[in-house]
Amino acid sequence: MTRLTGGLIDRSQTLRFTFDGQGFAGHSGDTLASALLANGVRLMGRSFKYHRPRGVFAAGSEEPNALVELRAGARQEPNSRATVVELFEGLEARSQNRVGSLRRDLLAVNDLMSPFFAAGFYYKTFMWPRAFWERFYEPAIRRAAGLGSLSKEPDPDAYDAGFLHCDLLVIGGGPAGLAAALTAARTGARVILADEDFRLGGRLLAESAPLDDAPATDWIAGLEAEFASLPNLRVMRRTTVWGTFDHGIYGAVERVADHLATPGRRVRQTLWRITARRTILAAGATERHIPFQNNDRPGIMLAGAMRTYANRYAVSPAPRVAIFTNNDDGHRSALDLAARGVEIAAVIDPREGVRAQGDYPLITGVVGNAKGRLGLTRIEVVANGGSRWIDCGALGVSGGWNPNVHLASHHRGRPAWDEARHGFLPGTDGPAGMRVAGAASGQGSTAQALASGAQAAQEALADLEISATLPDLPQAEDAGLNLHPLWHVPGKGRAWVDFQNDVTVKDIALAHQENMRPVEHLKRWTTLGMATDQGKTANVTALAVMAELTGRTIPQTGTTIFRPPYTPVALSVLGGGDTGAHFRPRRLTPTHHWATAQGAVFTEVGQWMRAQYFPRPGESHWRQTVDREVLATRKGVGLCDVTTLGKVDVQGADAGEFLDRLYCNAMKSLKVGMVRYGLMLREDGHAWDDGTCARLGETHYVVTTTTAQAGPVYRHMEFARQCLWPELDVQLISTTDAWAQLSVAGPNARRLLERIVDSFDLSNEAFPFMACAGLTICGGLRARLFRISFSGELAYEIAVPARHGNALMARLLEAGADLGATPYGTEALGVLRIEKGHAAGNELNGQTTAQMLGMGRMVSTKKDSIGAVMSRREGLAVDRRVLVGLQPVDPADPVVAGAHLFAEGAPQGTGTDQGWISSACFSPHLGHAIGLGFLENGSERMGEVIVAANPLQGQSMRLRVVSPHFVDPEGGRVRD
Amino acid sequence: MLIPHPLLGLRDSSEFTYLGDAALLDRPDGMAEGAAARFHDYVHLRDNPAGIHRELWFHEQGDRSWLVVTRNTVTHEILGAELAREARLKGGAA
Repeated sequence: MTRLTGGLIDRSQTLRFTFDGQGFAGHSGDTLASALLANGVRLMGRSFKYHRPRGVFAAGSEEPNALVELRAGARQEPNSRATVVELFEGLEARSQNRVGSLRRDLLAVNDLMSPFFAAGFYYKTFMWPRAFWERFYEPAIRRAAGLGSLSKEPDPDAYDAGFLHCDLLVIGGGPAGLAAALTAARTGARVILADEDFRLGGRLLAESAPLDDAPATDWIAGLEAEFASLPNLRVMRRTTVWGTFDHGIYGAVERVADHLATPGRRVRQTLWRITARRTILAAGATERHIPFQNNDRPGIMLAGAMRTYANRYAVSPAPRVAIFTNNDDGHRSALDLAARGVEIAAVIDPREGVRAQGDYPLITGVVGNAKGRLGLTRIEVVANGGSRWIDCGALGVSGGWNPNVHLASHHRGRPAWDEARHGFLPGTDGPAGMRVAGAASGQGSTAQALASGAQAAQEALADLEISATLPDLPQAEDAGLNLHPLWHVPGKGRAWVDFQNDVTVKDIALAHQENMRPVEHLKRWTTLGMATDQGKTANVTALAVMAELTGRTIPQTGTTIFRPPYTPVALSVLGGGDTGAHFRPRRLTPTHHWATAQGAVFTEVGQWMRAQYFPRPGESHWRQTVDREVLATRKGVGLCDVTTLGKVDVQGADAGEFLDRLYCNAMKSLKVGMVRYGLMLREDGHAWDDGTCARLGETHYVVTTTTAQAGPVYRHMEFARQCLWPELDVQLISTTDAWAQLSVAGPNARRLLERIVDSFDLSNEAFPFMACAGLTICGGLRARLFRISFSGELAYEIAVPARHGNALMARLLEAGADLGATPYGTEALGVLRIEKGHAAGNELNGQTTAQMLGMGRMVSTKKDSIGAVMSRREGLAVDRRVLVGLQPVDPADPVVAGAHLFAEGAPQGTGTDQGWISSACFSPHLGHAIGLGFLENGSERMGEVIVAANPLQGQSMRLRVVSPHFVDPEGGRVRD
Repeated sequence: MLIPHPLLGLRDSSEFTYLGDAALLDRPDGMAEGAAARFHDYVHLRDNPAGIHRELWFHEQGDRSWLVVTRNTVTHEILGAELAREARLKGGAA
């Protein structure tokens, strides 16, 4: 056991957990990493490429090594950083990226073969033979590389998404963030303080230095009490702000229940979109290391992390440790560890003339090598021209601190090199409205952090004309680093720069040799800075090494910027719970419950659920059902819910003029009480959408659209009304959901409707084909009746307020029982319209024209309308492919939609392509398959036999060209 | 992004549908002389500036107003928004 005294853990609560199946115990307040260290576990994982044994390297979210698989079953979560996993009772964790046990990983053989695996080896090695890539190389590499594994089961937990707004967002709950939040919240401004940790305080929790002669935790406790009394301040713990977006919008993930074994009734995580008028980035700094040979031995870690483990978690990775530092901060780590009873083997510092700040051996020199494959045992200290080995179980390394500029560079803000501080600071071109404070801005001492946080808050609020008073801040340490740059210890062996991607100083030298010198090339050639840690502990060091190799300064070499997310974000929470049935809105038709009771099979049509067909007992195949529904409609009367077709109510003195400009055919001339088919073109001249236009009054029309285009057509109509012709007196509203509309089709349609209308003359003379009227039915129910037909039969569409649709359908079916009334679904609807030769979505696919649809003459030349001019342009106007009907020469053959058409005997290729089949079905009326398609000079080729080829399935069928109207070509039935 | 709707104040861009260049306001007269050439330009030719751009947004999940939004395409800064019908009545896209 390596537990020390003190710390911020609750020893009264013991939590049991397992790692690789072995049982351990820790305390409330521990992370998985601190609890493992407390149990003497230094080896926590294997590296990505060479499978080198690795231990914990950091104490925060920047951790590159200690990645574990957390939990089991469907909740298994790969690549969890042990340093930020809050310990809970029953936690299960497993090491990853190994074959066999963690101590005897079989893939460690990769390390012996490392000369072959240097940077860029994939690009050079696996090029030949070419065919091996997909079958052999890639699967083998994917097995060997990669980190944790997924459960491949559905995520059992719930997630949520929410919006927050504030005057000031403070990112980071360390000294700068706390001072900023305090300053701002006291003014009454709306403030959000977000911090990724489960406990407020940031770096203060890791330090022993007092604030006003008392422990820092006393000051934090006082602040938290005040925060709790301020309703205008929202403190969000366990919340990572991971991305900066336009206009002061920030993405944040709150880990609501990650610290519990199971979320219970809570959501697991919440995705917040925070809109902030001003922001203070107080994200602190990340310590950097100094590469030397074998610096990845388990037990070697950042010196500041070692101090965090001692002060906050009361744990030391070993009873005897050493520190390697090029700055004063490393000495503070040694002092704090010594104060807690850890033996300091030595502090190794390359700076000349530095004196020990306490009772520990100081060596002026560097660390050159380390031993202990599964756990550090000795380090080699190079000093005074010689070297010697020193025994120690852990080594803390400090090469200085890198400000956490990530969120300030998400908008292409360029960090700027600060020569005095030897680090990149946020540039002046960062996101609008953001100020940076504390260590993130290079104000690294506690006193500087507190003061800069308070001042940044005062300035940010001044922008918003809110006056803030600087609070009394506690006296705090204000020591400098006195850093002397040392970017790596030269040597022959491999010295790791990026632990997570196994990139060494040698790899950077190789990239330099290969002329991969710009940072962007360096990154992609070596994979430096990739994967879950995004090079938080590596990028700046790598840049410095490259600068040294090229003989240029660091700013000349480049800079490193970051993209969102700051730390990994689970896809589940990005979905925010919009999965399964919540993926998109589901719209139900007014007759949905009736159709469900009828046993309908439903199909998704956009957002709508529509009845596809209504199987009856004894029907074993959908075709049986559809054939019955089609024949019943043609012989008796069929009923179908057509509510999903878009409806737009158009009113105003200029309504007719407006529709004249919208449809290619005339609408102003339509008589009141009549309906006309309408075709809309796109402005580029292609056919777009069709429907009917009913004139209910002098200044009142109702137009319909296809189901799929209901939204776009309405948007287009509003565009035309507001953007093109705002001078017209016309108003629009979508009434698609307001009216339930049912199709009543078939020879018995009139007889059926006569039974429900309230004294309304339905005779052919009084209410002819294409008539429309408002009326009442069923004893006073308001309704609209349109005599229009999609099926080619005598047909009506009747509309009632949506809430009565269900009842009307039931009433019609009951009233028409003796007339053969039969409900039909979208399948039969499709068959009926193909038999009649009506164009639908398959024909109006955006590539066809009015001419091709056989409606060329509908495009009026007497008026301007959208698309009319372009429809007459060269190329479109002369397109000879026109809509035809197609039927198989051998009645047993199918007709396949999507097949392409060729002359018989002609070679089949794009040059000889004569058209395509757009729709096909089995016609129960004719007893064989039929189709609609577009064929070159089709109207002049009636009776000709052509070939439909479907090379994807090796099909080739002989088809006869016929009229597209398979049923009642003269149109007598609809007018009967 | 946030769009300053002239009637409703700042609204989130997710409530809007984007169309493009506000030059679409200046639809030529299809019955006039030379309409074919003018429609060719109207349908096919767009400026694609890196910088200030006037563009059409539809408040589809809102009050169904079409807006002309002035946006810097480089920084995404929104410099203003007006009702498209008013822009059109004032004389079009310019």
